[in-house]
Amino acid sequence: MSDSSQQPSSAGPRQRHVEAGVAAFILVLGAITIVGSLKVGIGWGAEGPQSGFFPFWIGLMIVAASVVNMARALAQPARALFADWGQLRQVFKIVWPMAIYVAAVPWLGIYVPSFLLTAGFMRWLGRYGWPITLAISLGLQILIYLTFEKWFLVPLPKGPIEDMLGL
Amino acid sequence: MESIGDLLGGFAVVLSWQNLFYMLVGIVLGVIIGVLPGLGGANGVAILLPLTFSMSPTSAIILLSCIYWGALFGGAITSILFNIPGEPWSVATTFDGHPMAQKGQAGEALTAAFTSSFVGALFAIIVITLAAPLVASFALQFGPAEKFSVFFLAFCSFVGMGKEPPAKTIAAMMLGFALAAVGTDTVTGQLRLTFGSTELLGGFDFLIAVIGLFGIGEILLTMEEGLSFKGKAAGINPAVVLQTWKELPRYWMTSLRSCLIGCWMGITPAGATPASFMSYGIAKRASRNGDNFGKGDIEGVIAPETAAHAAGTSALLPMLSLGVPGSPTAAVLLGGLLIWGLQPGPLLFVEQKDFVWGLIASMYLGNIVGLAVVLTMVPVFAAILRVPFGIIAPVILVICAIGAYTVHNNTFDVVMMLVFGVAGYFLKKCNYPLAPLVLAIVLGDKAEEAFRQSLLISQGSLTVFWSNGLVGSIMALGLVALFWPAISNLFGRISKPALR
Repeated sequence: MSDSSQQPSSAGPRQRHVEAGVAAFILVLGAITIVGSLKVGIGWGAEGPQSGFFPFWIGLMIVAASVVNMARALAQPARALFADWGQLRQVFKIVWPMAIYVAAVPWLGIYVPSFLLTAGFMRWLGRYGWPITLAISLGLQILIYLTFEKWFLVPLPKGPIEDMLGL
Repeated sequence: MESIGDLLGGFAVVLSWQNLFYMLVGIVLGVIIGVLPGLGGANGVAILLPLTFSMSPTSAIILLSCIYWGALFGGAITSILFNIPGEPWSVATTFDGHPMAQKGQAGEALTAAFTSSFVGALFAIIVITLAAPLVASFALQFGPAEKFSVFFLAFCSFVGMGKEPPAKTIAAMMLGFALAAVGTDTVTGQLRLTFGSTELLGGFDFLIAVIGLFGIGEILLTMEEGLSFKGKAAGINPAVVLQTWKELPRYWMTSLRSCLIGCWMGITPAGATPASFMSYGIAKRASRNGDNFGKGDIEGVIAPETAAHAAGTSALLPMLSLGVPGSPTAAVLLGGLLIWGLQPGPLLFVEQKDFVWGLIASMYLGNIVGLAVVLTMVPVFAAILRVPFGIIAPVILVICAIGAYTVHNNTFDVVMMLVFGVAGYFLKKCNYPLAPLVLAIVLGDKAEEAFRQSLLISQGSLTVFWSNGLVGSIMALGLVALFWPAISNLFGRISKPALR
């Protein structure tokens, strides 16, 4: 969509490096699966195959496939970009607020973090004025409250502020 | 025929005001979900699944399956008007749909797309009506080895039929199996792969994975592209619809071929996306106007839309009759059945007749309602897409988070959702397929159980999977699917010299 990727000045991590990294990460997960399976036994027990039997072979296949993927990733042309830094910055702008958000939900409930996330996103990334930002962020919380807790009777996590309001 | 009688019984179940209301709500929600980035059929259904826990299973499946039909319809709107495929299976629709819109034929393109979708779905539903009971009664005789062989065939099809490199498909799929294995071993009850963590005792829930991988991952991808929506106006009126309908019967051959491709790809779980591409490619080669494809040929809209809907719908056939879903959304619906206390698989047709035939009857009605809704409400749905991303994105993120929380009322799941989301972003960018990963998480325990029970019967010998004609031929089909690229290559090489 954006034409910045065609500009010669664009720089960023290479596709082959990221792909090799992803393959390595999956390989580690495969290795963890193998270790975990060995712990519970991969042989033949009193009830037939032991608990680790199936995941052990799964783990082996993950490792084998990841080795192939890693080799193929590194054989790719070196110049292809995974994404340029500007694009990654865009992605990061959403990842870190989300990280704070999911960390805050257990303490503050769902409504306050959701309000802050929506308002923050609209104000700083969307550059909307305060009135519309507040209207939509607050309206969303009210809509969620009515839909989930009143209509479908699904309780959502609440924090100290909801307690104060007596909800 | 017996199934016709059962079907009429199903209509009697469905035709209540309440169920018709759920149907309408489902379709409208589904189209909205299909139109918005970051919300697709699979994770839309996953998010709304917890809301249906208190409903009767029949009403719940009507609501959720109608969301699925709506999402299938909705994908075409964004493809044609905005050149943005709302769903992966509508990518092929952009090739000719958007050029048509640029030529001012948006109305024709949309009518053709919706009508073709409807035709494809209807064809698949008729196939389900006739074939599902037969498959189910056949599958009732399956032992563990036969069950495993069906899983084997399903997963091999992903490797051989997918467009991603086989090693990546295998890695993604096996990762799904590994995630499914975490927690309590369903056969012996022993804990495994938890490494002492209490959060992992229950294992990974595929609903969380679906919401993260498809929902959050998609938003991250959209952020990266810095998407700005530039859409064509949606001029659709009764005159255009009628005129396009008059024109459509000319392409009956393309439709029929696309229906068959779609049903085949949907039942063997290759899925709607490859079906739409394959159908488009074959239509382009077979058509007299093949050179016009890509410049706004109506046939280039009909072919992929028919196949995608036929595949998306027929994906429910193996889910209902064998307990093996043909698509991620079908997998989520299968998860729903388990939560509502129903056992998917052949017994469903014996023990839960009302439910199964109610669902099948609702497919007929749901697609008729869906066609009417999309034809009349296109401008409204297109307007939703004009809501800026700066507002839509945080709303979707919050909805995903709430959806993840409500699955188990657990805030740790919200954390896992974000982890899956970031993983989904990287996996997608590195061309790993997500559908086999999700399906493996859903089916992992069942596949393992069938595998281990087979080995118990045979005292550990793998020959049990070749012990009779039935299991042997399903396994052989699986191997053919697994090595399909190599096999078709070989055939190509043999037949090529003959052509010269």
